[in-house]
Amino acid sequence: MCDISLEFAGGAELLFESRKKQSVSLPPQDRPWTIDLLVKWLAKNLLKGNPEMFIHADGSGVRPGILVLINEIDWELLGGKDYRIQNNDSILFVSTLHGG
Amino acid sequence: MKSCTKCSKNIACLKRPKTGDALCRECFFDAFEQEIHWTITTFNLFSRGDYVAIAASGGKDSTVLAHLMKVLNDRYDYGLKLVLLSIDEGITGYRDDSLETVKRNELQYGIPLKILSYNDLYGWTMDKIVAAVGKKSNCTFCGVFRRQALDRGAMQLGVDKIVTGHNADDIAETVIMNVLRGDIARLQRCTSIVTGSEGLIPRSKPFKYTYEKEIVMYAHFKKLDYFSTECIYSPNAYRGHARAYIKNLELQDPLSILNIIYSGECMSLREGTKLPSKGTCSRCGYISSQEVCKACVMLEGLNKGVPRLGVGKTSKVIKKMEQLKLSEDSDRSPTKPVVSHSTTEVPSRKSSVLRETTLEW
Repeated sequence: MCDISLEFAGGAELLFESRKKQSVSLPPQDRPWTIDLLVKWLAKNLLKGNPEMFIHADGSGVRPGILVLINEIDWELLGGKDYRIQNNDSILFVSTLHGG
Repeated sequence: MKSCTKCSKNIACLKRPKTGDALCRECFFDAFEQEIHWTITTFNLFSRGDYVAIAASGGKDSTVLAHLMKVLNDRYDYGLKLVLLSIDEGITGYRDDSLETVKRNELQYGIPLKILSYNDLYGWTMDKIVAAVGKKSNCTFCGVFRRQALDRGAMQLGVDKIVTGHNADDIAETVIMNVLRGDIARLQRCTSIVTGSEGLIPRSKPFKYTYEKEIVMYAHFKKLDYFSTECIYSPNAYRGHARAYIKNLELQDPLSILNIIYSGECMSLREGTKLPSKGTCSRCGYISSQEVCKACVMLEGLNKGVPRLGVGKTSKVIKKMEQLKLSEDSDRSPTKPVVSHSTTEVPSRKSSVLRETTLEW
């Protein structure tokens, strides 16, 4: 089991029924959960808005322009899409694509 | 976990796109604020005593800009008087929400706020315009009207300067869009850190060299109160493509953003290249390359029940305006001589240089 808390901000929450925070339990699987796998899982299970605003056009992961912070640290410092998600991680997706 | 490359004490929380440095929060705040201060002083964006309007939409860029203008003005004693200037396009469920954010910013930063609406200025809200024009090309109206609205608001306030929150990603995107449209006149202007010197209030972009990622991270770590949404009327697909393109490039090499801006700055016109001549609108006095400015043409169309006038090519617009004028004159007095527009320079259809497209800058 992998329990994590998710947060969406900067307009990304609009793609998830305007829910800014939610806790989820990722189902057990053979390989470890990575950010890429989480994004695919989110797209399938929780995403309600336009997928193009969240997922890369080739379906490979999060769309460039969405920032990811893991426990308040820039994911680029933690291995990016291949970061292995740990139990109790808090993962934040912030859109830079939405306007003001 | 990496430690901060600058202070080596704290845990790094962000990788800077420009330098690749891994910085902790405090070192990032410091570097970010120092850079904006560097931009302001290096390019002499302000003079002591200036009255400066901050174009405020309630979004991330203008919220961070308002916060920083306040912080830097106090810290470095620029001696500026600040005011927030917001434009209310009249889009229910979009602008009314973000204006609430700007009203909170007014209190949070202690900067007075002035809101100017399309309805006050033009007698039309965007909601009404969309009802008349439809969802296609209403962005053109909004862009043209917004640009003038900011200038008019600034004039009403009597400010010396305007600052906008356009960041490096926005500018790179605009360079690409202007290249794709062959809009040489705007390509020349869009990389300037200060624009609008002739007869208009100077506008500057203190975030010209600032990455969007850092603006958003700064707002997040500082817990600044901003509003983000998508305009309910149009996703502006063309800009969306340019945006996706830029962000994909940034992923490969973050410096490509600054390189695009640099290339835009270095492009110079061959001698003899024709540019639209700058004049003033014969109706409202606003700066215009045509006899009648785009906003007045659009208003004429809206008010006379030909809402799409002003959306198409300039040459066609001029023809249509003449027809409108003809019918108007014949309504009034059949004997009255028709005012000839033959003095108006009609651009050739092939000349993309003269084409009026969406004004967003």
